[in-house]
Amino acid sequence: MAWSLSSRASQLGPPAAWSLVRGVLPFLACVAVAILAQVILKPFLITTLGWDFAAKMIVDVGINIVLAVSLTLVNGFTGQFSIGHAAFMAVGGYTAAAIVYYGSYRIAGNPDLAGGVLSSMLVGREAPWFTPHDLLFLVAMLAGGVVAALCGYLVGLPSLRLKGDYLAIVTLGFGEIVRVLIQSQTGDVLYDPEEIAQTPAWKLAGSLGGSLGFSGLPFYTSFFWVYLLVLVTLLLAWRIKNSSYGRALISIREDEIASEAMGVDTTRFKIRAFVLSAFLAGCAGALFAHTVGVQLNAAELGFVKSFDIIIMVVLGGLGSISGAVIAAIILTILPEALRGVAEYRMVAYAVALIVMMLVRPKGLLGVHEVWERAAWDWLLGASKRKGAGR
Amino acid sequence: MDSRLGPAPPRAHWPPPRAHEQARGYYPPFTVLEKFLQTLMDGLAVGSLYALIALGYTMVYGILKFINFAHSDIFVLGAWISYATALFAGYNDLDPAAAGIQAAPFPVWVLYGLGGATFVALVVAGIPKLQGRPLSESARALLLGVTWAWACAGMALAARVLQGAGWSIVGGGAILICSMLTCGLVGFTLERVAYKPLRNAPRLNVLITAIGISLLLQNLGQLEWMFGTRPQGMPSLLPDAVLAEIGGSRPSPDADWTVQPVRIRLLDVIAAGTAIVLMLALDRLVFHTKIGRAMRAVSFSERNAALMGIPVDRVISFTFVLGSMLAAAAGFLYAQKYTKLGQTADTVWVLLGLKAFVAAVVGGIGNIRGAMLGGILIGLLEFFGVAYLIPQLRDVYVFGVLILVLLVRPGGILGSTAVEKV
Repeated sequence: MAWSLSSRASQLGPPAAWSLVRGVLPFLACVAVAILAQVILKPFLITTLGWDFAAKMIVDVGINIVLAVSLTLVNGFTGQFSIGHAAFMAVGGYTAAAIVYYGSYRIAGNPDLAGGVLSSMLVGREAPWFTPHDLLFLVAMLAGGVVAALCGYLVGLPSLRLKGDYLAIVTLGFGEIVRVLIQSQTGDVLYDPEEIAQTPAWKLAGSLGGSLGFSGLPFYTSFFWVYLLVLVTLLLAWRIKNSSYGRALISIREDEIASEAMGVDTTRFKIRAFVLSAFLAGCAGALFAHTVGVQLNAAELGFVKSFDIIIMVVLGGLGSISGAVIAAIILTILPEALRGVAEYRMVAYAVALIVMMLVRPKGLLGVHEVWERAAWDWLLGASKRKGAGR
Repeated sequence: MDSRLGPAPPRAHWPPPRAHEQARGYYPPFTVLEKFLQTLMDGLAVGSLYALIALGYTMVYGILKFINFAHSDIFVLGAWISYATALFAGYNDLDPAAAGIQAAPFPVWVLYGLGGATFVALVVAGIPKLQGRPLSESARALLLGVTWAWACAGMALAARVLQGAGWSIVGGGAILICSMLTCGLVGFTLERVAYKPLRNAPRLNVLITAIGISLLLQNLGQLEWMFGTRPQGMPSLLPDAVLAEIGGSRPSPDADWTVQPVRIRLLDVIAAGTAIVLMLALDRLVFHTKIGRAMRAVSFSERNAALMGIPVDRVISFTFVLGSMLAAAAGFLYAQKYTKLGQTADTVWVLLGLKAFVAAVVGGIGNIRGAMLGGILIGLLEFFGVAYLIPQLRDVYVFGVLILVLLVRPGGILGSTAVEKV
């Protein structure tokens, strides 16, 4: 049965102009807040000596928030189990890296950072607010997202026939295939401007560094880009959760057969969730690739990275946006705090994961948000009451 | 002409060397037949190990309907425990003087400690309370665990004595059994502690728990006081010799080979033979014994099996122990063939485990004979892909076939596709 949401909205909702403003305004606010973050934070955390440690943490936290929340769309809301999320990140990261790196060569003849104030983390450099290179980075990020979304569509297709564990294994297999292909089937990164100018684009797309990793990328990732993506992701996730679209996803999680009987086109919704999640992960991958101190290498984007993201989602609560955010923050900062006992870190994670599943199977916050009373009932001892807790 | 290669070999090559090859005295390292045979043998040898691991995946899936992600780590544990026990028993190829009790890594001491401490605790605290009462399920499990731990320790000691007496091959067998017993105990404990409380939980939760246990085992094994992060060389515990050389050619019997022959190694024969014997024994157990019938009944319907008086918990525990023991045997045999043991979280191990799982799915998950077939098929596919297609895409073939099988025939080759009913 067809699901038409728009017709109902136009019948019952406020006038079209107002709903347009209401739809777009928050996104503009996201841009404004991201600009503020860049302008306010940068003078404090970036000095002529380089990045403050906190600056690096803030950027990493932001990227992990995007990854965790985007995986929540699939694992938390829709109840499908994807364990190949890092592959989307790798696809997006490599796509964006190729566009930025070789695009810079085509435009300026070198791959140096030439962004404006918003995408530059350099100090003591007169720069305009916005340069064509920023546009190049934005296009690259979106292109990374789109290519990842295409992969997400491909991975989502088997969910026509496969459920639960089988789908998990397909995503895992997909992730491994992507990793092996990037590692073994791409050539060395080119760095000679003459050579790059003469090489056709399709050949450049195959020069991604192979098993050595993509080196020499300019560091475009700034507070502005990271937190722009974080805010947009949160806004999207929040709107999806509180729309009939999101309720369709949640109904698939709760009971797929019942959901189908109620007229939800389950296959289509599952694929959409996969596509959107992959798009966001691809954008996050693009940011990851251009971060200071990161050497883009497919070897690091294997299932270990995927498991890291899953742990964030599960600990936060499957289906809770704020839970995923909190878990992403904690699990990014915790390893740095536990540097002294680094070898026990993963042991502690694993134990936490098992204990969480035994004691509180729905994660820290369950499906609730952190400001909802129900999320805390279990902690306040109300879980013994009937109907509370979960 | 390169003088090292000598005159042309007496045997005609197939395909015949081309003119320029003959002019330079160059011959390919393999001819078509030898390459094919060698690939076939490698594929079968590794495939039989995949089959052993796949059996554990498939048995657990058949009964509990979830993927035991920790199974591949039991396999790794099997390899490392046999390494630790081998050092304890005095085997060390590189430095015989360094082997012995002092060199034994911590886990061997855990075996003794576990056995001894629980035994003492049971005697001091447990026995008086149990007097006059039938043993409860958990007490019986504890007793079984203690007996089991003592059996492990006994096998390790036996291996030590046998090695000292010069019967190193029999000692190797004792180490195999020790490794199987240890991993069986670990599998039993994991099931009781982590999986049993989740028996009625959603399958996703069990899956996540399994991933958690997998991470736990990997990272525990990497700790310095366990196995550490350095790769270690596995001492050879099984005899190895070249039984036969097929094909190949050389100018005279004592000259170097110009075309490498296919060598049938005793080690490969023993490894494949052990795997086949274990698989036949399992098949016999599942299809011709009472406990096997109980396993099949529980797999068919847990509720109805319970109504028929089958002790479901015990059958599930038994399944875990059985699967873990087979995985440990596979780990032992794998370590004998590929002697460099990587750290427990090495991606090589994880990939091996995943491929074994792929084998279980391809054969039809839940189907024991399917797992054996799938293991051999995946082993052959992998080695033929590497030998005849692009070698770097080793993993891509396996996972590609997995996705293909899942899309075309989700039940696997021997499995049946069941439509989910409301």
